[in-house]
Amino acid sequence: MWLTRPFNERATLTFLGVLLAAMILVTLLHVAVPQGHPLHVNAYTVNLFGKYLSYALLAVAVDLVWGYLGILSLGHGAFFALGGYAMGMYLMRQIGDRGVYGHPELPDFMVFLNWDSLPWYWAGFDMAWFAFLMVLLVPGALALVFGFLAFRSRVTGVYLSIITQALTFALMLAFFRNEMGFGGSDGLTDFREILGFNLRSNEARLGLFLASGVALAVGYVLCRAIVGSKLGRVCVATRDAEARTRFLGYRVERFQLFVFVVSAMLAGLAGALYVPQVGIINPSEFSPLFSIEIVLWVALGGRATLYGAVIGAILVNYAKTVFTGVMPDAWLFALGAMFVLVTVFLPKGVAGLLAYRIKRRRRPDDDGATGKEVSA
Amino acid sequence: MSFLRSLADRERVFDFLVPAASPVDVRHGPILYLEDVTVSFDGFKAIDNLNLTIDDGELRCIIGPNGAGKTTMMDIITGKTRPDTGQVWFGSRHNLLTMNEPEIASLGIGRKFQKPTVFEALTVFENLELAMAADKRILPTLTAGMSGEIRDRIDEVLLTTGLAELSRRPAGILSHGQKQWLEIGMLLMQRPRLLLVDEPVAGMTEQEMERTAELLTGLAGKQSVVVVEHDMGFVRSIARQVTVLHQGSVLAEGNMDQVSSDPRVIEVYLGADADEEVA
Repeated sequence: MWLTRPFNERATLTFLGVLLAAMILVTLLHVAVPQGHPLHVNAYTVNLFGKYLSYALLAVAVDLVWGYLGILSLGHGAFFALGGYAMGMYLMRQIGDRGVYGHPELPDFMVFLNWDSLPWYWAGFDMAWFAFLMVLLVPGALALVFGFLAFRSRVTGVYLSIITQALTFALMLAFFRNEMGFGGSDGLTDFREILGFNLRSNEARLGLFLASGVALAVGYVLCRAIVGSKLGRVCVATRDAEARTRFLGYRVERFQLFVFVVSAMLAGLAGALYVPQVGIINPSEFSPLFSIEIVLWVALGGRATLYGAVIGAILVNYAKTVFTGVMPDAWLFALGAMFVLVTVFLPKGVAGLLAYRIKRRRRPDDDGATGKEVSA
Repeated sequence: MSFLRSLADRERVFDFLVPAASPVDVRHGPILYLEDVTVSFDGFKAIDNLNLTIDDGELRCIIGPNGAGKTTMMDIITGKTRPDTGQVWFGSRHNLLTMNEPEIASLGIGRKFQKPTVFEALTVFENLELAMAADKRILPTLTAGMSGEIRDRIDEVLLTTGLAELSRRPAGILSHGQKQWLEIGMLLMQRPRLLLVDEPVAGMTEQEMERTAELLTGLAGKQSVVVVEHDMGFVRSIARQVTVLHQGSVLAEGNMDQVSSDPRVIEVYLGADADEEVA
């Protein structure tokens, strides 16, 4: 079975083991260690880790298309934000009549705009299953239409990157408009409950952290299964020599479309997990800069490894948390410096460094063996 | 009633269940047959009244100076270029002029281009796996497994091309010659009946040329092979049958000795070469 193949690989098992250990450790330190103890992990930190994990899933989605298919998407933030908006709409409907204006059905911003009923596209978002389905389907549908047009016309390379950028920029402008019905520049916020749990409660925060971890694990295994299959090898072949792959009889544009849609859905899932943890979704998530930042995480971590994307996303966002706390003005300089240093000294990213260290640790045995042969 | 009984008859094999017989009919000898083919580009006749017959299992070398129409001839056979007049038949059943490129490729005509293109990030084994004739739609590709049969087929081609030792190495580390062999191996994975090979030894060392000669002569008999080549030494080492093209038509045909002693051939082609050798 192609889906279970990753479980035979040591690298995947190591990754899942580390992730699981981290999830258990954080949970134990949060629940079992009493508050005030130096080892206690507070709810704020759990929440922060959950956010990192949802970013990590987003980075894995980008690495799938960039690393293995060679499509540099500078618009993946759009899929992330759409997933986030779908989740945000569900959370808005959960507020019910407890909003500022106390309207039983309409979110506050609609009352404020003097709307008298919900727009049609808000229908169904009061149901969790529907909203969670839309989290996957809306980004997937956009990727399907966009990818169909782009890949059929054989748009590749820089041009494709530019139109993905244009896509997310256009969506940002659209979502800024109040008439769109997504809260304009303020976006959706003031969430209260998810699946009946108070979002500010420790249980909900821990639950969302664990859900992000599980989603990352599932997304990682799915991507690993795809890249480890023959389809994954067709993707790599497409990345390196598209015309040649076509010549072998593969309908390249369909493979690109398939992987692009899977990636967009994973990005949507990441966005849906991100929004309840930060408590807000607004059009800034569509900003082209954010999409470029995701690509930076993947580049820093190491492209075409999947786990590199996870490392990159967590490292950069941890650094961002630290820097914006200590020296908010210096963050962009630090990000730039990190990128330059990694490009110059670690062209294969942090993952490349890890692989190199592992190889070096194994090599001394080989050297020893040959040394003996020479002396004998 | 008798119709129903005939449906229930388990001995009966419906026509559509019978695997199609070998699609290429070579009972009458030739696997490839070109007759009176003419192509002109803007008035210039790249191919002028060309007649060529390749027998099943034959290894044929095509030589000729630049502009003799060698590549255009390959283009016509593979469906890339349509001739103005003439006929092109694959076996005695398939009129290639009525088919497009993928159809011709799936009939079993494989073409190796001059510049080798292999997938450098994939291993030699994986390169061959991708090239294999298989269901190439998305889901079958996603769920494709590695059966013993597939492995045997790949191992067989690895042995034929002499790349067995390197099967787990990325194709990017191969030398130029090895890449050429891998590319020939990728063609073999598609089980072609006829292999068109364009300048296989350009840029190769002496040893690589020898190895390529062995490979191509080994293929003949199982597949028909047409080699277009400039290198006279190489052609001499593999050719049983040589066709000399000049200005779009056949100037001479025969074994190497006959051809190289033909005064017209010496004049247009070998002459220049011989002079260089003397000098």
